Amino acid sequence: MFSNKEVLETIAMVEKEHLDIRTITLGLSLLTCIRDTAEETANKVYDLVCKKGENIVKTAQTLSGEYGIPIVNKRISVTPVSIITAAFPEKAPLVGKALDNAAKTLGIDFLGGYSALVHKATADYERIFIRTIPEVLASTERLCSSVNVGSTKSGINMEAVKMLGEVFKEAAFLTKDKDGIGAAKLVAFCNAVEDNPFMAGAFHGVGEADTVVNVGVSGPGVVKHALEQLPEADLTEVAEQIKRTAFKITRAGQLVAKEASKRLNAQFGIVDLSLAPTPAMGDSVAQILEEIGIQTVGGHGTTAALALLNDAVKKGGVMASSRVGGLSGAFIPVSEDIGMIRAAEQGAITLDKLEAMTCVCSVGLDMIAIPGDTPATTIAAMIADEAAIGMINNKTTAVRIIPAPGKTVGDEVSFGGLLGRAPIMPVHNCDSSRLINRGGNIPAPIHSFKN
Amino acid sequence: MRAVVTVTGKDKKGIIAKISAFLSEKGANIQDISQTILGEYFAMIMIVDISAATEELSTLAGECAKLGKEIGMSVYMQHEDIFNAMHTV
Repeated sequence: MFSNKEVLETIAMVEKEHLDIRTITLGLSLLTCIRDTAEETANKVYDLVCKKGENIVKTAQTLSGEYGIPIVNKRISVTPVSIITAAFPEKAPLVGKALDNAAKTLGIDFLGGYSALVHKATADYERIFIRTIPEVLASTERLCSSVNVGSTKSGINMEAVKMLGEVFKEAAFLTKDKDGIGAAKLVAFCNAVEDNPFMAGAFHGVGEADTVVNVGVSGPGVVKHALEQLPEADLTEVAEQIKRTAFKITRAGQLVAKEASKRLNAQFGIVDLSLAPTPAMGDSVAQILEEIGIQTVGGHGTTAALALLNDAVKKGGVMASSRVGGLSGAFIPVSEDIGMIRAAEQGAITLDKLEAMTCVCSVGLDMIAIPGDTPATTIAAMIADEAAIGMINNKTTAVRIIPAPGKTVGDEVSFGGLLGRAPIMPVHNCDSSRLINRGGNIPAPIHSFKN
Repeated sequence: MRAVVTVTGKDKKGIIAKISAFLSEKGANIQDISQTILGEYFAMIMIVDISAATEELSTLAGECAKLGKEIGMSVYMQHEDIFNAMHTV
């Protein structure tokens, strides 16, 4: 039985420290929706998503009421659309629009899975599909897209990397009246996971059951508050405190995930142990790193502090959940974290430091605005760098970068809501086009041959 | 099914009376009460059985929050499982 102190602790976590369940994501297989034509397939997709997802918002609200913990986002991820539209890839946007309409009907903010998996090579239908992404992201509101361009097992598909550089530019350009928000709904992955509940990179893998509930927990504010109680502690104690806190947060996520899957008639998938910030004050991963002892995030020591944080979150969380998965780690999106925004405004954090940080935490260069005139080959080179980190280190890495049309260093982009705002960060001006234009594959590393 | 009712805020007259009248009206049975006053700060934690309650827990929780606003206190009603999950291994 819990004590009174523990009851009050939980309430303080919600009231003052932004404890929440960040997302309940319903993963849906669309494989049964494939028909002879794009029109029929799109209709079937709309019907399936609306039918299976009809209770997600209501269930989340009820659970939130019963447990007294906010459930911030209700989302859906689907089978990569490139697979279900393989027979008519030029008409894949019809399915994209059907998914966006379904998201609106259900009242969910994002739906992920306008995706392609091309980590080894690009099939003809995938080449056509990937070219549809910018237009689809510009003409839809809630649809998110991702492309897996590499993996530890297969190496990096540099043709896809080059294409993605161009796709990011075009996605931003087609939404130039909204600071290039199209690019903020697109992720280039290496080692993408099939059960990620977080947007914009969520999709429902083909190895999954047909209906699955994945839950993403959060709580950077709770971790920061816990560390504030130990201002003089050594780093061993800091790691222990983070583990204990992550355990509690994850247990809340596990409970919600189990109940939600029961009520939504879905399989319980995974709990994603990520620390996901929001632009709200006190809900920042950067501020945890500063609490550990870096004056401003981006300073020397940031990578070490982040490594400690990321590992301790996982260790605490793993014991709290029967099944963990997804991305599971600390997120460091620039525009969605008040501490990151400040550091970027002061010039304290650079793209190079962010890249270093992605070696030790989940995901990668996330929600970073760069000058709109950055060449596509430079963006492709950034994707290649991140993919290389992921490939060599057996981890997921990603790029979600916004080449803000018409803007340059000193300007700012603002998307509002959870996507936040970000100052334009400088990129290296040297030319990487020769590397990118070579094409081919970067071979898989020797340590991938484990058979 | 049991829920935990937590009432916190600045101490004043009639808090327990109002909360227990509300719970009784809704068919909730109070099984345990503990209360502390630290200076002017009031904290009360009740364990209530809501198996025979007239409304769903999520509705009752919303009404508790509303009642809290009326009496100028913070009032929560939560399923006991959340505390068991977070604070026991």
